[in-house]
Amino acid sequence: MESAILRSVNYNAYFGDNHVCKDVNISIPKNEVVAVMGPSGCGKTTFLRGINRMHELIPNATAKGQIFLNDEDVMEMHPIFVRLKIGMVFQRPNPFPNLSIYDNVIAGYKLNGIKLPKAERDRIVEHSLTRVALWKEVKDSLNKKGSFLSGGQQQRLCIARAVAMEPEVLLFDEPTSALDPISTSTVEELFHELKKNYTLIIVTHNMQQAARVSDRTAFFYMGELVEFDDTKQMFTNPRDVRTQNYITGRFS
Amino acid sequence: METPSGNKGNRLKRSQRHIKFESFFRRLLSVVGLSMIVLVIGIMITLVVQSIPSLKASGAGYLWGKTWDPVADVYGAYPFLLGTLLTSFLALLISIPFSFGVAVVLGEYYPKGWLPDLLKNTVELIAAVPSVIYGFWGLAVLVPMVRTIEVKLGYEPIGMGIFSSSLILAVMVIPYAATLGRSLIQMVPSMLKEAAYSLGATRWEVVKSVIFPYTRSGLFAGVLLSLGRALGETMAVTMVIGNTSLIPKNIFSPGNTMASVIANEFTEADHPVYLSALIELGLVLFLVTVVINMAGKKLISGFTNE
Amino acid sequence: MKDIHIKFRIGKSIFFQAFAILLSVSCVIPLVAILLYILDAGFKTIRTNGFQFLTNLPKPVGEAGGGIANALLGSIIIITVASVVAIPFGILCGIYLSENRKSRWAYWSRLCVDILQGVPSIVIGIVAYFWLVKPFGGFSAFSGSMALAIMMLPIVIRSTEETLKLLPDSLREAAYALGMPFHRVILKVIVPCGISGILSGVMLSVARIAGETAPLLFTAFGNPYVSMRLDKPMQSMPLLIFNYATSPYNDWHDLAWGASLVLLVWVLLLNILTKIIARRWKVQF
Repeated sequence: MESAILRSVNYNAYFGDNHVCKDVNISIPKNEVVAVMGPSGCGKTTFLRGINRMHELIPNATAKGQIFLNDEDVMEMHPIFVRLKIGMVFQRPNPFPNLSIYDNVIAGYKLNGIKLPKAERDRIVEHSLTRVALWKEVKDSLNKKGSFLSGGQQQRLCIARAVAMEPEVLLFDEPTSALDPISTSTVEELFHELKKNYTLIIVTHNMQQAARVSDRTAFFYMGELVEFDDTKQMFTNPRDVRTQNYITGRFS
Repeated sequence: METPSGNKGNRLKRSQRHIKFESFFRRLLSVVGLSMIVLVIGIMITLVVQSIPSLKASGAGYLWGKTWDPVADVYGAYPFLLGTLLTSFLALLISIPFSFGVAVVLGEYYPKGWLPDLLKNTVELIAAVPSVIYGFWGLAVLVPMVRTIEVKLGYEPIGMGIFSSSLILAVMVIPYAATLGRSLIQMVPSMLKEAAYSLGATRWEVVKSVIFPYTRSGLFAGVLLSLGRALGETMAVTMVIGNTSLIPKNIFSPGNTMASVIANEFTEADHPVYLSALIELGLVLFLVTVVINMAGKKLISGFTNE
Repeated sequence: MKDIHIKFRIGKSIFFQAFAILLSVSCVIPLVAILLYILDAGFKTIRTNGFQFLTNLPKPVGEAGGGIANALLGSIIIITVASVVAIPFGILCGIYLSENRKSRWAYWSRLCVDILQGVPSIVIGIVAYFWLVKPFGGFSAFSGSMALAIMMLPIVIRSTEETLKLLPDSLREAAYALGMPFHRVILKVIVPCGISGILSGVMLSVARIAGETAPLLFTAFGNPYVSMRLDKPMQSMPLLIFNYATSPYNDWHDLAWGASLVLLVWVLLLNILTKIIARRWKVQF
């Protein structure tokens, strides 16, 4: 695959003795939307959290192998650098409840103690909120607390927060599972816009969503990466029988 | 990239500093956390080491020696042990019905509303009043009242003594068992209560045969916490107990508790064994309260984990 | 026959309910009696001595116009020094305990905090005497402050730990995912979100030690004059109340009532403030 931005080599992750990701080898091209799907407990979220070293925050969790971001091994880097380059959006919207909408967007700068001129901050806030199609809705209430927004708006605020850091890759951990259908479709529309500037990796348990939004799809089963292919290809003509079973709903 | 490249460099430099400070902060937290262990062990060691002269001089007889006479250099802690036990248990005996009354009323009969809220806050305020103020009030108001009772009952009208201390202590320890009891009673599953109601039980029968048995260990833990508090209470008791090293003859006699002897005589102790004998009292007090509090905590955690 | 039996049971139920209410309401009586008595006696002192009694020094027995300035100032100094030490230390320890929930060292640390919470204040006084009074050759305000700091610690630590434990993990993750280092996650996100709980613990601990007498008996010791030196004995409100209340002079009793009123108002205000903070500053999720 040409110009892979993210590449994992024999990545293994554990919770204590529990082996949750087994020798994952994947190569993710730049500026694409990659969906990661699989039944619950298949290791897809663990893999996602391994990419920006969030996995190791859980007590007892360990990982082995390599993950290259532009040929730099994130497993060798300090997690702080990794997370500055790889943004993440979580299952439930989690804006900082003590910060205003404005401060939530630039939280990555503000809370890391990075001082920016006011004009620069304003620009980042407007730019990031515009990117997530939230600017028009909140531009008059930037000083309100982020927790007053609706669920879908909160999730877009969290995406804006990640976007504001200008990362290279954005990770999404089931970003719409806590949202209503209308908010879900707004967020899904965003993915098409965001992939112009970023590489998106989206974990989802929802096959339809994977089919709708992604260019490529990875299928995880029992901790293994079973198949990784063009989304259309995978949904029409899967190579592995386990993928086929999953897509056709034949898993018990 | 939209952000000027200067920012990126700035960001990375800052992150490098962050990484250094991060491990420093983690280490700082561990040091602070572990220093609590050092502190408590230090307290224990200090008490034991300073008690050694007395342990050598009086040996095991210290605990049941009936005379405490610093002039003759004889130290027996029995009068104070007895005084402490008498005041504390009498106080518990008086306070328990009230504590449980509050616990049942706030936990079961009236869990919501402004009046119960007021009652709850007021009961909690009882714990907030400084003990020296209880002592002063006891001295000014309670002691004369007890004196009149003593006259009526034909005892020596001293006023100060075990009984006055117990009354003051009883008031002071009410909130401990009450607050805990209330929160535990609220945790009783309504399923159990409804089962009893559906069999035709009255409210009181539910309280008696469902709520009390269910929360028994927790209520007992509350009593233990009250007891731990009563045993160690110093100022209020010191002010109204009468301060004598004689063995109390009855509950109206003046006496001393372990804590009140220490408070009264510590700065007067003019030779090493005397001082050490007082510290040994502190050591006994420390060990007893630790055991009682730990037992109480254990019961509570056992209850809430169920 | 059966009917009567049921009526009897219902009657019994009502009786016990009324009895419980009676018991619980009568708990309030001593507190109200104490408050009223101190209000009355305290205001009498203020009326005869004027408000200067807050700024005057105690006078020898028989002279009019004594005050409690030395105790008021002493209490403020001793409590401030104790707070400066205990609050940061306690909050850090609370963070340690909530961040290391399962580690074995944290278990022992937590156990020790529990033990410390139950240690009678007089025992803390003894220990402070051997650590900070005897080695330095005399009673000092500083040793009193440290004794009180030890009393504050468990309250601050437990309230910090309990508050931070309740914060959702998602908050922590959001912060980590932005590349924040551990200390910034704690200091800029976790602590600000739990600030109401932490602050109310802090206020509660200050309220508790403001009235503590026993640990000061052999440490700060008391001083009839105004002193600002931490290495010398210092007067405090509860010490003054204790000394004057147990003295045989009526003038001094009056001063002690005045001081009791001030101390009581101080402590109760702190307690009420704690409740307000806990409610007002609560971060909504």
